[in-house]
Amino acid sequence: MTEITNITIVGAGHGGGTFAAALRSGGYTGEIVLIGDEPHIPYQRPPLSKDYLKDAASFQQLQLKPEQYYLDQHVSTHLGSRVESIGPAAKSITLEGGLSLTYGVLVLATGSRPRRIPLPGVDLKGIHELRTIADADALKPIMQDGKRIALIGGGYIGLEVAASAIGLGGGAVVIEREARVLARVASEPLSNFLQDFHRAKGVEILVDSQVTALEGDVEGFVKAVLLSDGRRIPCDAALLCVGGVPNDELAKGAGLACDGGIVVDLSGRTSDPSIFALGDVTRRPLPLYDDQMFRLESVPNALEQGKQIAAELLGKPAPAAEVQWFWSNQYDLKIQIAGLPLGADRRIVRGNPDDGKFSVCHLAGSRLLCVEAVNSPADFLGAKALIGQKPAMDLDKVADSAIALKAAILSG
Amino acid sequence: MPKITYVTFDNISTTVEVANKSSVMDGAKNHGIDGIAADCGGACACATCHVYVDDAFVAKIPAATDMELGLLDAVGDRRPTSRLSCQITVGPELDGLVVHMPESQYS
Ligand SMILES: Cc1cc2nc3c(=O)[nH]c(=O)nc-3n(C[C@H](O)[C@H](O)[C@H](O)COP(=O)(O)OP(=O)(O)OC[C@H]3O[C@@H](n4cnc5c(N)ncnc54)[C@H](O)[C@@H]3O)c2cc1C
Ligand code: FES
Repeated sequence: MTEITNITIVGAGHGGGTFAAALRSGGYTGEIVLIGDEPHIPYQRPPLSKDYLKDAASFQQLQLKPEQYYLDQHVSTHLGSRVESIGPAAKSITLEGGLSLTYGVLVLATGSRPRRIPLPGVDLKGIHELRTIADADALKPIMQDGKRIALIGGGYIGLEVAASAIGLGGGAVVIEREARVLARVASEPLSNFLQDFHRAKGVEILVDSQVTALEGDVEGFVKAVLLSDGRRIPCDAALLCVGGVPNDELAKGAGLACDGGIVVDLSGRTSDPSIFALGDVTRRPLPLYDDQMFRLESVPNALEQGKQIAAELLGKPAPAAEVQWFWSNQYDLKIQIAGLPLGADRRIVRGNPDDGKFSVCHLAGSRLLCVEAVNSPADFLGAKALIGQKPAMDLDKVADSAIALKAAILSG
Repeated sequence: MPKITYVTFDNISTTVEVANKSSVMDGAKNHGIDGIAADCGGACACATCHVYVDDAFVAKIPAATDMELGLLDAVGDRRPTSRLSCQITVGPELDGLVVHMPESQYS
């Protein structure tokens, strides 16, 4: 392989920022150009629905690295600049305003954005989405005024914002189309537990509820959410949080293979050998699940792919496959999930949800595939270590929360 | 500002000033010290910010929460002085703190 001297990263978010740092700590001394359309150095998004919204964390604490890092490490940043197109034949990109740059290797880390639903009234004032620090700053004053916010979509972001609103003395109503919150991303016991917990904290949770329109007052401020069964749910603001869509338009425009996300292999390579992609924007194989292809929206996913690409570009051995994981904080609950329950045929609950401390273990036969842990950090970390090793588990021990999960392996 | 010394598993020390009220993990992040990956950014969710605290300082740091203890229970290389550095808030009493990073955090 000829030596790489110019790596250009499009998207200065969590994945792009960490990847740039991984190149430097991996010994790469060539040029790194980091381009992002937000006017900020890379920062973490998870606190946007949690501590940052509650004013318990500052923007500086959210930054992945301090400003000085990019100067010291010679990472050239172009912030507040959007990349408009890629010319794969000339290995060039064009920025908003017309500036054109060439690259040796291009890494697309453009992330995802909140899905917009074409509802009547969606352009009213007081209707928000939450992806960026600017979005969070717009949302903060509403939450702090003790107003009632309607969360349209009962996913993790909706539930986290509901918890933050309650923490700030406001009110929240979660409106979910499916029969339970987190229907796509959590098991029934976890969904049920969280619904009960939120309700006990004063959140109204409406399931099987289809939003048909948003209603405003004479000044054009949202005042209510209208449902298909005729109900009218009053609110002072609404957050659209019905999932994300990949920012893969640039890649499509360049003719890269996309399938609901940019298709990459285990080294992060796209269908163009000089273009790589990572994070929320990709559809990637998962080696622990027979290389099935997934588009995941999580920090650990973006970090793992960054390591895969850095290893590939720096000529290092490919890193071992990581167990996917995710976390969420709501009130004093910490939810940590290791693995994915793909192909699971057995479910064992360790501990008792009534104690606010339990884990839902998903297995295929005796093989552990996924653990959803609530305030059970040792189960989570134990599972994270075990799932990749694929040992046979002793099901009786798995069911006994007095026995550490990592000790629940079948002996002999 | 309190001075904190970070020691790698192969005994390379770096001493830096860390702002009061930030965490020992933040100090490493802001000074480009490797060995504290902090994948969850300080949410006490990942245990990739594990450190061994110098004996002299163990008693000066408030006790770990159940969440931190639970994560520490499951790390492979736990010692009596193990802490998660994102959960240690820096204050004047920690001036001179020395923390060691476990070998497993270098890859
Ligand atoms: C409120 C919230 C809470 C979350 N909580 C958690 C959590 O608890 N745990 C967890 O694991 N994950 C969480 N996530 C998900 C996590 O933040 C994402 O998975 C992660 O940010 C993905 O990183 P990325 O680099 O792929 O995308 P991003 O961090 O979104 O970065 C992409 C960047 O590229 C920019 N960009 C896009 N197109 C262009 C272009 N053409 N030119 C220039 N720049 C462009 C975008 O503006 C953005 O700045 C949360 C996300 C949100 C929004
Ligand atoms: S940074 Fe994740 S637990 Fe400390």
